Amino acid sequence: MTRKRLFPISVHKILYRSLVCTFLYVPINVCAQSALDSIQHIQEVVITAKPFKEVIPIQKLSGIQLEKLSAMNVADALRYFSGVQIKDFGGMGGLKTVNVRNMGSHHVGVFYDGIEVGNAQNGVVDLGKFSLDNMEEVALYNGQKSDIFQSAKDFSSASAVYMRTKRPHFEKDKETNIQLRYRTGSIQLSNPSLQIEHRFNSNLKATVNAEHIHSNGQYKFRYKRLMMNGEVAYDTTAIRKNSDIDAYRIETALFGASNNTSWHAKLYYYGSDRGLPGAIVKNVFGSGERQNDKNFFAQGSLIREVNEKYKFKINAKFAYDYTHYLSRDSVEFLNDYVTQKMQFDNSYYQQDVYLSTVHAYEIKPWWNASVSVDFEYNKLNATMRGVNTPFTFPQRYTTLAAFASSADLGRIKLQANVLGTFVTETVKNNVASPDKLEWAPAVFMNYEPIESGPFNFRVFYKRIFRMPTFNDLYYTQIGYSQLKPEFTDQYNLGFTYNKVFHHAFLDKIHFQSDMYYARITNKIIASPTGSSFRWMMTNMGLVETKGVDTSAEILAHVNHLKGRLNLSYSYSKAQDFTKINGLKMSSYGDQIPYTPWHSLSVIGGLQFLQWGLNYSFIYVGERYDGAVNNIERNHVEPWYTHDLSLDYSFTTNRIKWRISGEVNNLLNQYYDVVLNYPMPGRNYRLALTMNL
Amino acid sequence: MHFFSLSMTLFSICILVFTSCRDDAYVYLSESKQVAPRRINSKIKGFYLLNEGNMGMNRATIDFFNYDTGEYFTDTYSEKNPEVVKELGDVGNDIEIYGSKCYAVINCSNYVEVFDAQSGIHIASIDIPNCRYIKFHDGKAYVSSYSGPVGLSPNAEHGFVAEIDTTSLTLTRKVIVGYQPEEMVIKENKLYVANSGGYRVPNYDRTVSVIDIPSFEIIKTIDVGINLHRMEIDKRGDIYVSSRGDYYDVSPNLYVIDSDSDEVKQKLDIPVSELCMMGDSLYYYSTAYSFTTGTNEVTYGILDTRDKQIVSHKIIKDGTDKDIMMPYGLSVNPETKEIYITDAQNYVVTGYLYCYSPDGVLKWKTPAGNIPAHIAYLYK
Repeated sequence: MTRKRLFPISVHKILYRSLVCTFLYVPINVCAQSALDSIQHIQEVVITAKPFKEVIPIQKLSGIQLEKLSAMNVADALRYFSGVQIKDFGGMGGLKTVNVRNMGSHHVGVFYDGIEVGNAQNGVVDLGKFSLDNMEEVALYNGQKSDIFQSAKDFSSASAVYMRTKRPHFEKDKETNIQLRYRTGSIQLSNPSLQIEHRFNSNLKATVNAEHIHSNGQYKFRYKRLMMNGEVAYDTTAIRKNSDIDAYRIETALFGASNNTSWHAKLYYYGSDRGLPGAIVKNVFGSGERQNDKNFFAQGSLIREVNEKYKFKINAKFAYDYTHYLSRDSVEFLNDYVTQKMQFDNSYYQQDVYLSTVHAYEIKPWWNASVSVDFEYNKLNATMRGVNTPFTFPQRYTTLAAFASSADLGRIKLQANVLGTFVTETVKNNVASPDKLEWAPAVFMNYEPIESGPFNFRVFYKRIFRMPTFNDLYYTQIGYSQLKPEFTDQYNLGFTYNKVFHHAFLDKIHFQSDMYYARITNKIIASPTGSSFRWMMTNMGLVETKGVDTSAEILAHVNHLKGRLNLSYSYSKAQDFTKINGLKMSSYGDQIPYTPWHSLSVIGGLQFLQWGLNYSFIYVGERYDGAVNNIERNHVEPWYTHDLSLDYSFTTNRIKWRISGEVNNLLNQYYDVVLNYPMPGRNYRLALTMNL
Repeated sequence: MHFFSLSMTLFSICILVFTSCRDDAYVYLSESKQVAPRRINSKIKGFYLLNEGNMGMNRATIDFFNYDTGEYFTDTYSEKNPEVVKELGDVGNDIEIYGSKCYAVINCSNYVEVFDAQSGIHIASIDIPNCRYIKFHDGKAYVSSYSGPVGLSPNAEHGFVAEIDTTSLTLTRKVIVGYQPEEMVIKENKLYVANSGGYRVPNYDRTVSVIDIPSFEIIKTIDVGINLHRMEIDKRGDIYVSSRGDYYDVSPNLYVIDSDSDEVKQKLDIPVSELCMMGDSLYYYSTAYSFTTGTNEVTYGILDTRDKQIVSHKIIKDGTDKDIMMPYGLSVNPETKEIYITDAQNYVVTGYLYCYSPDGVLKWKTPAGNIPAHIAYLYK
């Protein structure tokens, strides 16, 4: 029981299968808004001198496309991007985390309306908690967003997910918009939501958005094995238990603008009570662990363009997160009720304060520079009933400073930045982690062979690290305060082909492909133990990953029939080359756990007048489970799901209606994303939206 | 238009090329490997090795080594018992043979698996929540368990020892002992169980409970040292019990209890992680982990139980101990005195089994399962 220690592990090496692959990589990129969008949306008031061409690979889903996707939350939507792996522990309340280019979920920065969502405790943001209901856009950047006018935090992760909520938009003299939506479906889903937008005057707008999600989380799953002669060895179907969820979210925002200033402020609250569905193992087909969350944050952002050459931005945030975790499973044994496993009744209280300021200056029309300084404070308290170990009570003070510059030399565009991070920690008990000072650079270049032509080539290098989390450092019996930060060095080479057609059957073609190589040193890996709340830490010394991310988007129309196709394909090879005390582990050179060599996604949409049809497909190829070694015993079969949705929009008495139905996992495939955490089979959803 | 159809074609090709379909899942098959020369005339047919498997992975497996053929078979259970849903289970913790049956204690699957020792075929499973170790006496099996009557405060529950009738394979009695009980030894009608208190860090238990088997009641509680774990008994009735320490200030240690007086008679100041009694020799190793330094110090040794003197600070004498990342299981063949040491690596990946000659020279090494740990010898 005191056995999880964490030793480092491993490694990688990489061979590409064949170059042929490179050509077949289906491209994809889900991007930009399209002409198909029947709901208009306006860009937020952005004060930028000139539009800057994306130097950095970006994939995004937005607007109506996002709405039509058979996805409830941000994690579900991110599955369609190339180079992304989602860890999904199943169940309605199960944890969902995202990992980009096999560098680990801790290296993915998650930004909500421009400001990072943190989790100093375990460093992982549960993207299943972010609803798509009020989301306008979900974007993924490899490296970082290609903008120098951004906070130091924006430079501080190896890849970044930006979630942007809907901005209010008003037709002519309308002052108030109201949207009501109700979703229902299998697994006893009930999901009402409300969005109110109001315009006080042309410079001040407000929104309120509220949502409730309820599901009993009970769905069928099946484990079946055959004997070699094809006869059934066992075939068991059971109901997933304790994966229910009851969650509320309410957020409100104010948007203001005047002269050269724009600002927005936001309040957010999310509360949930959920079951933590455990691993389905022999003789244990249900567990009774519960989790209760309360997340609150207030954040604001102000941009001011002082003169033609100088502008600044200020961001501020306060966040308070509460998590209660309860594990008191008991069972009858020889006429007594006895405990079944280790008991927990723990509450965690986390507070974060964040302040940021960015200053950008135009030195020459083609040359810009910026400086940003961020300060962050994190504090973690806990009460743990029945646990007598004094809690560490860590507090962390982080200062980040970024210096960035961009140059537009016509067909060549350059961007470079360096980020300095200083971290100091204090603890009430145990030993504080030593102070850390790290510098990390990034360089980007974009080359356009023909001016305003369809091709763009890009190359970048980025070095960045992530700090060990409070859990990594201080978790009782597992944490180790002397952990070092984990570094990634990422090299990327890619191109974009983008062509818009007029007066043709085809409207637009977008294709992009990027090859990358990333090296992760001092890698700290968190794997699930019997309970998804606790992690088993392993410090994988060295991982090398190579891959290709490709995506394509095609828009076309025939008369009133409009079509859209998004494809994405990723190839990745991520190997573990760690040695422990100079010894190679038995898994030396093997592909790291849960990393498919091949994965792809398809989204196809057809719109005919008021009717819309959407199809999506996700394929995750063969991979190996958490037992690491690439041996038959650890092999996991591919999984793939087909989702289909149909919607119809109409207007009565100036009320716009939209009704849609979905069938997800059409082929009723029973699969696990994470071993022993079964996912739902075929399920249905129905949604009715009313816009006043 | 071209591009559209071209893309579609390319895409279809991709699907065909890369998206190999999902195959049906088949039962896990055993794999065998010749690791040693054949040996005839041995009284011992072979041994079962229980791989614990990491928590939540459902990866407890049983390997078998056959002395007659010199073959090592990994993961034999599921192939022999294909109809058992979800195979052996989650986290194996102990394996013993008694009579014609083999008993595997599967901790996180909350049961004891009973199978025929010769054929490996499943006979019964006996549910015991959070079960840890097993010992036998007079036709009965005794299983220690961390589970205890639900209390108001988490982890204030005492564990128990349950009794199983090995003929009917039913549970008969239980007795509440200390906190999170671990290994046991039995002397005549007395059962000794080492209480760890592992859930109660830093308030570890420090006692051995003495149970009178006929009445199945505690007759004495012996104060020994914190976080007790291993237990062995020698021919003269001296009981050896290991204390794991607290991984910070208190080092692991080894205590001796006199089973006549039921009192601690000696503290040997030897760090011990695992013990194996063979004749008058007590083999041990230690991987004393310290959170203060973040390192493991690995030591091996053999103790002469007659005078409690360390005979040797080495079990492995050919220098191959430096290849073992994390010694975990330790066992000595009672017939040949060959020594088996398992390497759990980082507890996540596939581990190894090492076989040494009685004088500590490596004979063979083979990959086992995930966290290879416990060995039970099967006589012909």
